[in-house]
Amino acid sequence: MSEQGETATLTARLLERAAPKRADFEDLVIVPVFAVVVALILGGVAMLATNVDLETIGRSYVALAYGSIGSINALSETITAATPLILAGLGVALGFRAGLFNIGAEGQILMGGMAAVVVGFSFTGLPMLVHLPLALLAGIVAGALYAAIAGWIRAATGAHEVILTIMLNMISYRLVDYMLRMPAIQRPGRSDPISSSVLPTAELPRLLEWLGPNLRLHSGVFLMLAAVLFVYWLLFRSTIGFEFRASGESPEAARFAGMRSGLIIVLVMALGGAFAGLAGANQVLGVLGRASSGFSAGIGFDALAVALLGRSHPFGVVIAGLLFGALEAGGRQMQVDAGVSIDLIGIIQSLIILFIAAPLVVRALFPWGFRKGAPASKE
Amino acid sequence: MAIETVQANRKLDTQAGRQSRIAAVLLVGLSALTAMVFAQVGDGDAVFRLSRASDAIVLPDLAVPAMEFNYIAAGVLAFLGVRLWIRGGSGRISLSLGFGLLLAVAAFLVWATVGKAFSLTGMLQATVVRAVPIALGALAGVLSERVAVTNIAIEGMLLAGAFTGALAGSLLGGWGGIAAAVLVGGLFGLLLAALVVTYRVDQIIAGVVINLFVLGVTSYVSSQVFQEYRFLNNAPVFRVISIPLLSDIPVIGPVLFQQNIFVYGALIMVAVATYYLFYTRSGLRARAVGEHPRAADTLGIDVYRIRYINVTIAGMVAGFGGAWLTLGLVGRFDENMTGGRGFIALAAMIFGRWHPVGALMAALIFGFADSLQQKLALLQTPIPAEFLAMAPYLATIVVVAGLIGVARAPAADGKPYIKE
Repeated sequence: MSEQGETATLTARLLERAAPKRADFEDLVIVPVFAVVVALILGGVAMLATNVDLETIGRSYVALAYGSIGSINALSETITAATPLILAGLGVALGFRAGLFNIGAEGQILMGGMAAVVVGFSFTGLPMLVHLPLALLAGIVAGALYAAIAGWIRAATGAHEVILTIMLNMISYRLVDYMLRMPAIQRPGRSDPISSSVLPTAELPRLLEWLGPNLRLHSGVFLMLAAVLFVYWLLFRSTIGFEFRASGESPEAARFAGMRSGLIIVLVMALGGAFAGLAGANQVLGVLGRASSGFSAGIGFDALAVALLGRSHPFGVVIAGLLFGALEAGGRQMQVDAGVSIDLIGIIQSLIILFIAAPLVVRALFPWGFRKGAPASKE
Repeated sequence: MAIETVQANRKLDTQAGRQSRIAAVLLVGLSALTAMVFAQVGDGDAVFRLSRASDAIVLPDLAVPAMEFNYIAAGVLAFLGVRLWIRGGSGRISLSLGFGLLLAVAAFLVWATVGKAFSLTGMLQATVVRAVPIALGALAGVLSERVAVTNIAIEGMLLAGAFTGALAGSLLGGWGGIAAAVLVGGLFGLLLAALVVTYRVDQIIAGVVINLFVLGVTSYVSSQVFQEYRFLNNAPVFRVISIPLLSDIPVIGPVLFQQNIFVYGALIMVAVATYYLFYTRSGLRARAVGEHPRAADTLGIDVYRIRYINVTIAGMVAGFGGAWLTLGLVGRFDENMTGGRGFIALAAMIFGRWHPVGALMAALIFGFADSLQQKLALLQTPIPAEFLAMAPYLATIVVVAGLIGVARAPAADGKPYIKE
């Protein structure tokens, strides 16, 4: 194909992606709804198979619904759980858009969180207006730098970013364990790997404490919303975002159009890491108050799923993140109320992703949900 | 056309040149490290035990004069580095770097052991044992990526194998456990194949989904069922089988011929897979499907069928590797007990350049680093354990960046094939 022809079709494809047509309604609404319903049914089958009686199954789904959206407290928990997922998911989605598979969100969250904690407890006497942004910034920068290592090596040598980010994850676990035992970081009087507590001036203030002391919703949610809008603007309204997407769709064409592929790779990775780092900072400054061994708790891997589920679109990531957050919060309630292990949520989550990622499977299972002869998804 | 070839050659030249420069700098750096850190020990010997007293042939302990050895090692490293710098691309980069890293590790061991005694054979034995699941996982990766199906799902397949091994092993005994683990691994391979071949799900997504699903199911069952019915999670562990005569050879005997069924199985599978992929007609067909499915299709090869078969076999191999964790090691299943080994296996596969033997070698390197870290804890070196644990991953990054940057995946890897 000629150089110009390729660039032209590329532009057409990019424009098409930015504005989904009404015909995509099925893919965007019907398939996800089917996916959630079928996943819940199959989750019930899994419970039946492990000798849970019908009444308990009913009780656990009631608890799941109640624990995720049934009360102010439940909503607060859902959003609190969704915030870091969305932040890290945005970072992963940026990578997907540029054709980079960044598995390293977990490590970037750890690095960002550690930096935020260290800044959060080291500077005494700062006013909150200075201290909190400083701690957040430390998290962002640490995450960005850690991810940029992978981006730089990828750009300079062509080494595969999947291996690089997996290795950086493995390294980050050990690095965090080591740092948490350093005398400057470890909480005085403790022998286990745990850091000193973040000072109140660096904590993300809680929003709903006037309603109840247990409401954990904190102001990180505003950061998350700002990040979503920023990513939307970046991807679909800015030149650099166009370059990101162009190099993701067709690196060759992007290079012919004069885009600097190496620089783009480093930038995308660094930006993705910045969001993951912010997610880590959000966790330690808003929820945990300190860092301990493995405080990332798999958020980085769930973020992968969230980005995939949200089709790498910032608004899609928000919806997917809220869904995962709701399942997380509801799952905890389910474990308490019905005694069904929270690990069931993992099964349901994976089934939802499966059905959303495989519209052809859903169409095969439920042919009556779709127009006859509807075109198969391009995925 | 001619100009293009010349340009391509020049591009290759500069790439090789850059690689050799990176490797040269690395070697000189290692030399400096060896001379300035590892050689700074007082007079004393590092004693390596090669045999146990109970062995048929007892070798004397190997006593290495530490300072002298390490200065010589530093000299050799510097020589290799300088030679590589001068000769550029023609200087056998991989060989020099591989030998150099080996030498640096030896110097490190001598430094850590000085004034103490250390069982070399024991560590090598542990190396092979720890390499097994990584080697089998990497082999599963090779088998499916050679037919152009990216296999992120190795982790999930290993975990499924471990879980099934424990459950079926508790009910049916060890062999039943292995058979069930292989079967379930194969089922997940079949599922992956169905998702990516028939339903054309993005290959990475399909892999991630399988990982999440297996993690969810196994964690759920182990916390919901195994907690209550403990007899379901109490499998027998396969004993060591000593091969007569061969196992009496000093050093090599205990390392290779006093192992359990999983180690032998892994070695045999690597050999069989190499033969299959590179010396049989069906192996050639499989590779053709991975490199150029359209051409293979034109020649009458059933692309879909070959992908199904190979990915299913890959799943079976990974299931066997997963069973090692429960039936070969501890006899019980714990949540997420693979702990990222599937991803290490993925790295080992790329490290090993999509070749079964290469994958085995890479797995042995990871196994070596793993067992080294454990044994070194006994020697009480001043280096924090966390940094030792990081070393293999750092080494992987260095090697991947310096060397494998140009290693080529099967041409069609990761792309779905749609019949016309």
